[in-house]
Amino acid sequence: MNAYRSLFLRELRIAVRVGGGALMGVLFFLIVVTTIPFAVGPDLNLLSRLGPAVLWIGALLSTLLGLDRLFEADREDGALDLIVGSGRMLELVVIVKVLAHWTATGLPLVIAAPLFSLFLAMPPATIGTTVLTLLVGTPALTFLGAIGAALTVSLRRGGLLVPILILPFAIPVLIFGVAASTSVLLDPAGFFTPFLLLAAVSLMAGVVGPIAAAAALRGGLD
Amino acid sequence: MALTLTELANPTRFMGLVTRALPYLAGATVLLFAVGLILVAGAPEDYQQGMTVMIMYIHVPAAWLSMFTYGMMAASAIGTLVWRHPLADVSAKAAAPIGAAFAFLCLFTGSLWGKPMWGTWWEWDARLTSMLVLFIMYLGLIALWRTIEDPTRAARAAAVLILVGTVNLPIIKFSVDWWNTLHQPASVFRMDGPTIDPSMLWPLLVMALAFTALLVTLHWMAMRNEILRRRVRALGLMAAGGAR
Repeated sequence: MNAYRSLFLRELRIAVRVGGGALMGVLFFLIVVTTIPFAVGPDLNLLSRLGPAVLWIGALLSTLLGLDRLFEADREDGALDLIVGSGRMLELVVIVKVLAHWTATGLPLVIAAPLFSLFLAMPPATIGTTVLTLLVGTPALTFLGAIGAALTVSLRRGGLLVPILILPFAIPVLIFGVAASTSVLLDPAGFFTPFLLLAAVSLMAGVVGPIAAAAALRGGLD
Repeated sequence: MALTLTELANPTRFMGLVTRALPYLAGATVLLFAVGLILVAGAPEDYQQGMTVMIMYIHVPAAWLSMFTYGMMAASAIGTLVWRHPLADVSAKAAAPIGAAFAFLCLFTGSLWGKPMWGTWWEWDARLTSMLVLFIMYLGLIALWRTIEDPTRAARAAAVLILVGTVNLPIIKFSVDWWNTLHQPASVFRMDGPTIDPSMLWPLLVMALAFTALLVTLHWMAMRNEILRRRVRALGLMAAGGAR
């Protein structure tokens, strides 16, 4: 238990220090949110309708683009070989690393979402549901993304490949996340069905992601 | 010709079998397609859809085979991960472009069929979307194989991704039952027997058999090419003095 806690703290420390790039994801998120109104025009009615979708796309893209550092940095300095060779359960190691990565990169997105929703003129009800769905859904994106990061760990330039491999699996998260965020406008009771499905997808990603990522890491290292 | 699976797993024996069997397989494919097309030409027109129902005899087998190919790749992926057998990866790698081609054929013919019948080339419907996701997954897998240089490493990475991707297969199959979609529900593989008329069912089944024969022929040819390609690579490495 102690080892996993120090691993978690180590990951967090690396992420927030110089070169860690923890806040880069939030900056990217901000850029996506500010770019969309230029593309669709500054019509506030349209933007408030698109709001949850824009926030979700922004969160999805910035999560996926930040993933290439999840295992790569540790592989470069040899730490990954030490972690794998330590005899700890690799699946648990992946879970700890993903949770730390999410705390450093995913949680800031969730915290920033209410602020960015003001740019999109979103009504308070959808701001609340969007933040809630992001809180439940972004861990699923990181867990699924860990598979892609593990598959491409030995590549010099895996940057664009990770989103290509992982986006198909992220589609259900996006569908249920946006459905739960927007349904509250039509019918407050319609929130729970997609929201519970989103929670189910998140839990499943939390199981499948670490198992597949650990298998990919074992295959990629020896 | 009494070959067990273990003997088949030897690439040299497999190559021998492919060389001997390929002419028969190719002949059977041509024959099945000829019979299938004659049957299709004699099949009745749909009372609502007219001639456009002919698209079904391409569209439906392509859809079945694209999913079947993925299932075959998943079985190969287990072979790669559990037994670490190189031929399992050769099988999966050779199947991927064929599966992608079937998926594309299914989407393309479906689009051509959708325009006159539904009035649109594309509809964001559950069955169509999940099929598109399967097509994208095939392309992603091919990209992964092409990006990782070392074949054994690429094999394991691709195998993990293939197995994770199998969640999409039941979603495609049951998408028409779970969601209300524009796409019609299953009419051949049903618990209470096919609802499609025998005059259309038989041409469809023969065409499906022809497509399956085409898949096996192309798959074996692609596997032979892949084995040869790896031998060339190994010889090149040996000639370069690399200790492999």
